[in-house]
Amino acid sequence: MTIAIASGKGGTGKTTIATNLAIVASEKYDSVTLLDCDVEEPNSHIFINGKKIKEEVVNVRIPEVDESLCTECGACSNFCQYNAIVSLKGKPVVFKEMCHSCGGCTLVCQPKAIHEVDHRIGLINFYKSGKINLIEGLLDIGSPLSPPLIGAVKGYESKDTLNIIDAPPGTSCPVIEAIRDADYLILVTEPTPFGLNDLILAVEVSRKLNKKFSVAINRVGSGDDRVHKYCKKENIPIILEIPDDRRIAELYSNGKIILENLPEYKKCFEEVLEKIGTVIQNGQ
Amino acid sequence: MKVAFTSQGNSLDSQFDERFGRAMYFIIYDTDTNETKVLENMAGVESAHGAGISAAKKLVDAKVDALVTGNCGPNAFYVLSENNIKIYLSNAKTVKEAIEEFKNKKLEIASSPTKGGHWR
Repeated sequence: MTIAIASGKGGTGKTTIATNLAIVASEKYDSVTLLDCDVEEPNSHIFINGKKIKEEVVNVRIPEVDESLCTECGACSNFCQYNAIVSLKGKPVVFKEMCHSCGGCTLVCQPKAIHEVDHRIGLINFYKSGKINLIEGLLDIGSPLSPPLIGAVKGYESKDTLNIIDAPPGTSCPVIEAIRDADYLILVTEPTPFGLNDLILAVEVSRKLNKKFSVAINRVGSGDDRVHKYCKKENIPIILEIPDDRRIAELYSNGKIILENLPEYKKCFEEVLEKIGTVIQNGQ
Repeated sequence: MKVAFTSQGNSLDSQFDERFGRAMYFIIYDTDTNETKVLENMAGVESAHGAGISAAKKLVDAKVDALVTGNCGPNAFYVLSENNIKIYLSNAKTVKEAIEEFKNKKLEIASSPTKGGHWR
């Protein structure tokens, strides 16, 4: 089973919820896999104080041209929708940051002058902390394409145990890649106009992807009730409400986990897991 | 010498476009004959990514010697400078005004990209 924690808006508390859920789940299950797919700025490892056990380089395939075979026909350049390979005065030039690794240029090249080579885009770090396996994608600085790295992180989803995905913020390609195969989504938001606006976008995406989902509202009491009203109107369950508690903010800024330090919140996270388990079992 | 000006329309009175890759038109002005020609940049405007690269390729194919625009990103800058096309920067209102500035040697040459890549 895979639960993805997503949000249309950044800074709403995805990592807080993902890491706390992972810890609660690790008390219940034999093993939990936490996949940090927020690859531009992964920070689950700050809260899950694990031991790094391994790292793995992630590459994508980009074209390389053998000029001795190239007939300067321009077929590669005409084919590429991303302008990642462009014929300049006949000679193909590769812009590796633009390449989406579709391999099309190698297929349309009649003289077979194009082959693919590895191009590094980032790393996957593997941490272990008790029963939690934390698998973290870390995009290289300057590398613009996160979906292939997110896909590689998801390759380590465990078939038999609970997986929790900490998704990147927003509603664009990286988010879709992170949540597309999840069994259940928790959309995190905050009770503000910005929170509501971006929640609505995230709800639209979740519905398009035909996902079961619910909403978690963070910092309840800090804003207004428009998110609550929206969820009621749209018949979306609110699975978790975290109050606007200064102690939580202080713990977060010190890289500490809520439920280890404020045990009164533990029950809420346990309930979340239970509710999701029921929903998935009943196929609702 | 053939100089390309980025433009929002297809005439000399059109608004000068400070963008390069996604400018709708290039007005090509020939300093020897005083003639102008219009080059459409529809493919660049519509491309999902790499508009600057595709626009720069268009100017290389059109054999221009210089470009006058408002901004130029790293990939376009690379293609243009590799092909010896000089990049001049202007913030003129109209294409006509930019041509006057160019003729009066009021424009400075860009020695590096003025923007980061939009693919980031």
